[in-house]
Amino acid sequence: MSDLLYSEEEEALRSAVRDLLTDHCDAAAVLARVETAEPHDRELWKALTDGMGLAGLLVPEELGGQGATHREAAVVLEELGRAVAPVPYLTSAVVATEALLACEGEAARELLVALASGRTVGVLAVPLSGAPGDDHAGVRERDGVLHGRVTAVADAATADVFLVPTATGLFAVDAARDGVTVEPAASLDLTRPLAAVAFDGAHTRALAPEAGPAVARGLRAGAGLLASEQLGVAEWCLTETVGYVKERHQFNRPVGSFQALKHRLAQLWLEVVNTRAAARNAADALATGDVESGLAAALAQAYAAPAAVRAAEEALQLHGGIGMTWEHPVHLYLKRAKADAIAYGTAGRHRAALAELVDLQAP
Amino acid sequence: MTDANRLRELTREFLAAHPPASTGRGDFLRARFDAGLAWVHYPEGLGGLGAPRSLQAVVDTELEAAGAPDNDPRRIGIGLGMAAPTVLGFGTDEQKRRFLRPLWTGEEVWCQLFSEPGAGSDLAALGTRAVRDEASGDWIVNGQKVWTSSAHSARWAILIARTDPEQPKHRGITYFVCDMTDPGVDVRPLRQITGEAEFNEVFLTDVRIPDAHRLGGVGEGWKVAQTTLMNERVSIGGMRIPREGGMIGPVARTWRERPELRTHDLHQRLLKLWVDAEVARLTGERLRQQLVAGQPGPEGSGMKLGFARLNQEISGLEVELLGEEGLLYDDWTMRRPELVDFTGREAGYRYLRSKGNSIEGGTSEVLLNIVAERVLGLPSEPRTDKDVAWKDLAR
Repeated sequence: MSDLLYSEEEEALRSAVRDLLTDHCDAAAVLARVETAEPHDRELWKALTDGMGLAGLLVPEELGGQGATHREAAVVLEELGRAVAPVPYLTSAVVATEALLACEGEAARELLVALASGRTVGVLAVPLSGAPGDDHAGVRERDGVLHGRVTAVADAATADVFLVPTATGLFAVDAARDGVTVEPAASLDLTRPLAAVAFDGAHTRALAPEAGPAVARGLRAGAGLLASEQLGVAEWCLTETVGYVKERHQFNRPVGSFQALKHRLAQLWLEVVNTRAAARNAADALATGDVESGLAAALAQAYAAPAAVRAAEEALQLHGGIGMTWEHPVHLYLKRAKADAIAYGTAGRHRAALAELVDLQAP
Repeated sequence: MTDANRLRELTREFLAAHPPASTGRGDFLRARFDAGLAWVHYPEGLGGLGAPRSLQAVVDTELEAAGAPDNDPRRIGIGLGMAAPTVLGFGTDEQKRRFLRPLWTGEEVWCQLFSEPGAGSDLAALGTRAVRDEASGDWIVNGQKVWTSSAHSARWAILIARTDPEQPKHRGITYFVCDMTDPGVDVRPLRQITGEAEFNEVFLTDVRIPDAHRLGGVGEGWKVAQTTLMNERVSIGGMRIPREGGMIGPVARTWRERPELRTHDLHQRLLKLWVDAEVARLTGERLRQQLVAGQPGPEGSGMKLGFARLNQEISGLEVELLGEEGLLYDDWTMRRPELVDFTGREAGYRYLRSKGNSIEGGTSEVLLNIVAERVLGLPSEPRTDKDVAWKDLAR
């Protein structure tokens, strides 16, 4: 049975990350940043990676990483979710890193070293909506040159290198190379912006002769650990709303004394408690290489995705008018939660996967 | 002295002195109590060794491996889970010596006389009266209690009754141990929507209780009852359950075995409930791990809420899945089951029985208030009944 608790070291890691985010990533700063030409917070990324080594948690020590596990990465993601931090942690330090860990050979090892340091940001060139097990060979490779276009790639605008799946293998291509065009898109989630990436004769280096297993591994880890980010998002929504309804007075009482609101918040608390169990289970299964890690990740997404959305929607409603303003940060969490509900496969996609895994077949 | 190794050794010595194969069940259980191996966290002389509660598992594992008889805890759950901690916490030395041993061995079954027709969620409004007979010092009790399981087999009851109607409702209550063989105790089965009668109504007419059977001070019954009720909620959860171990099990099996029943709509709903049930199981497991690690969190407060909703939705889906068979019911005969299994019998029974899960042991609405106020720290609703004498309350 999975270890569903947090170790003392994991709690220490959490406080360190939370302290950093409290100092460098408050809601007002995130809000001010999202409409600039630089929506990603490079300073914060540097502090998290250069300063704390967090980009290398999943990378073995001999490749310059920390040799830690998904359990620690999950704790980092909880905190990043709580702050809707605009950094490419999930995309680079989890999904791209996991995809590279599935590859053999020197090119992949070199890239892992670069990603572990955080000085290079790597992004798997697939739509954020892609689920583990999807076919992602929309780009064609011939003679080491790429042609094709991938839409809705998360954090593409801040990527230094793309990992591109094709029918003939997985390839790496530098974002700055000729023949690579990144076209930022107005994105529902302001704090994890998307872009289309067009390859028009870009030269590449091969990482693996078969893209499928690497992509599947990356997306499975992404889906599983996304649940921890969703937990952080949901927790912020709950805590912030509980604080607000204690302060806000109408009808000569704090609005939080009305049962109609108390019951909704208690219900939300139950869902946050459940989300934590599902997220820890997924992180532990990935960390221990459990044969059921695919099941654990699908279960976590099937539960956490709608739970985080509900938390954000309830937070907005229970804040009343102020929750509808651009000035109040709750919309950043709603947008993140809703985009996360599509990221790495919707809850429905994950339920369909579970139907196969636990033998509850469709009619 | 009571680390795990020492306890294991003690248990083995006990087993050597009282081989389960050649010792009668009653003798074995009484000897186990006297050896302090009944509930190791209880004090010495009262069935325990003053050891940490978590070490009970060490004893139980040894005894189970040796094929020792147990005290059938499911049959005497109210005694073990509710009466015992209250007697331990508030009883006199004499009461502890008298009651705890036969309670634990199961020789004396206990029931709980708390809820009344007019006092459900608002238990503190109860109206059963206990009046002191000045001549004898005894208490004379009159009133009606309801939803009493095991009343028909119980020797003793924990009872709360009003001793001072002039006081606000929480202050005029006193806690007693009631002799269920008193001629003034009339137990009648209470038939439920399932057709059977797990519970009883208990009518109390001039029931005489000696003052020596009072638990705690006169007028302090509400405080004493909090111990009982807290233990009721603690006893829910804490077990390790396998995947599909609960209500989802039978419906998942039916789904697999009978493809002709499947529809797309039912498939979507089944998968959602399967996810919810599996996550609830993980939450229970996480709570268990917290308890074992000595870090109990507030998560337990929510477990019953989740299970009530799940049991109801899953069993409702199961009846629908069965289609034509869902229109049938196994048996409406009035029976008095010894043990209750929410996941037992057939789908129709499970559907009807689980309706009680959001009412018994605290309604879901009250539990949501408890979570909101005690866990989230939200303010309580303005109260109009706090400083009003019980006799002046609306009813």
